[in-house]
Amino acid sequence: MNEPTVNAASYNDTVVRQFSLMAVVWGVVGMLVGVFIAAQLAWPELNFGIPWLSYGRLRPLHTNAVIFAFGGCALIGTSYYVVQRTSQVALFMPKLASFTFWGWQAVIVAAAISLPLGYTSGKEYAELEWPIDILITAVWVSYAIVFFGTIGIRKVKHIYVANWFYGAFILAVALLHLVNSAAIPAGFMKSYSAYAGVQDAMVQWWYGHNAVGFFLTAGFLGMMYYFIPKQAERPVYSYRLSIVHFWALIFTYMWAGPHHLHYTALPDWTQSVGMVFSLILLAPSWGGMINGIMTLSGAWHKLRDDPVLRFLIVSLSFYGMSTFEGPMMSIKTVNALSHYTDWTVGHVHSGALGWVGLISMGSLYYLIPRLFGQKRMYSVKAIELHFWTATIGIVLYIAAMWIAGVMQGLMWRAVNADGTLTYTFVEGVKATYPFYMIRVLGGLLYLTGMLVMAWNTWMTVANGRAVRASIPAVVAHA
Amino acid sequence: MDILFVLIPLSVVLAFAILGALAWAVWRGQFDGVEAEGERILRED
Repeated sequence: MNEPTVNAASYNDTVVRQFSLMAVVWGVVGMLVGVFIAAQLAWPELNFGIPWLSYGRLRPLHTNAVIFAFGGCALIGTSYYVVQRTSQVALFMPKLASFTFWGWQAVIVAAAISLPLGYTSGKEYAELEWPIDILITAVWVSYAIVFFGTIGIRKVKHIYVANWFYGAFILAVALLHLVNSAAIPAGFMKSYSAYAGVQDAMVQWWYGHNAVGFFLTAGFLGMMYYFIPKQAERPVYSYRLSIVHFWALIFTYMWAGPHHLHYTALPDWTQSVGMVFSLILLAPSWGGMINGIMTLSGAWHKLRDDPVLRFLIVSLSFYGMSTFEGPMMSIKTVNALSHYTDWTVGHVHSGALGWVGLISMGSLYYLIPRLFGQKRMYSVKAIELHFWTATIGIVLYIAAMWIAGVMQGLMWRAVNADGTLTYTFVEGVKATYPFYMIRVLGGLLYLTGMLVMAWNTWMTVANGRAVRASIPAVVAHA
Repeated sequence: MDILFVLIPLSVVLAFAILGALAWAVWRGQFDGVEAEGERILRED
């Protein structure tokens, strides 16, 4: 039907290969640091008295590595693949695309060195100091030029829905980074935020929440809308719903940030606005989740024998779970119990390990063999093993944190008849100890799965070779 | 809370920009006959 023409130009998959392989590498690194700091919480002696290994320095290393190194490489790599395939054109400005790869790796290496050394701007998920922030800006602007340039020269009139999600992710992250990282340098690797006090807190969580919304949600939804239909070999359940999902999500997300600052110096009405928009967010989130899962309607049997598809679909069930849990936790009375406890940590990891992690792994399992001229990964059994270790790991992790969080919240608020506190803080810490051990076990299982993936990737690449995929002649379309 | 005088107008401007993008998409026929577009990606390679 659409045979490639003889001298057809080919897609630029070199940069996709680079990002995909580095996503696997950084996944292993980031999760390893995560398991290590989880162990430090259970056994604090593990910092060995070395400042570089202290929890306060390694925790931002873990979050930066898994979000921006693992997640970022997976997002940029898949977006380059998807935008080329759905636009039926090679990447715009391939040299600039190559710069985005090397520049992004430089940012990651700079983070991996500067964070353990103690350089931090002190803003959660935006800890990197100003020289690195400037490099991030250069890479991100280049990424936007390559991505939107490719859309600009597309050969297909319709812009596929995945590209809308990727595009919103790119633009929103650019804006968030510029506003939140505004700072006055006070020497090399030292700066002060342009905002102060509660103003700074508000900007920080406007950034923080929208980073969740656009980096960790919209970007990965772009992945979901391409790789689930491809792996299931069925079109998305309702394309119309995917359009409604997109516009509803991006209109709603940016107002929800204040729910991170309940019961603080932030004005009450601002907190309430944040809470109401968080509750509204449930609708587009679940619309998208149902749309993704129902793509399998009439073909549920594929879940039985295709572990890649299982990764993709189970990721959506975790997406549904955490986007239900999030709005519930944003309700002020619930938040009074949950805030500052490990419940929040559990919630984040149900989204991070369950949604972001599994959808990326599933997409990479689709992508890597194709990028190296193979039909499937070297070992399908290993994918199966990865799926089960990861899933059991997630369940152990989040169940432990739910129990620990609710217990901490109840212990902290318990008062005696005379109005004094029933428990000292350290009693809460002691009670949490067994759950910290269960978390280490869950994280260890999740990391083991990632190591299996790294081995499988290595074998797939070793047995394949980088292929040039030619661009099919454009089919006539309405 | 002076920062709200920045963040709220910024968000309103953004909402209008998103509205503009939506208008562009509708006006340029991006959403005409969309269900066929879901099928297209399955054929492309």
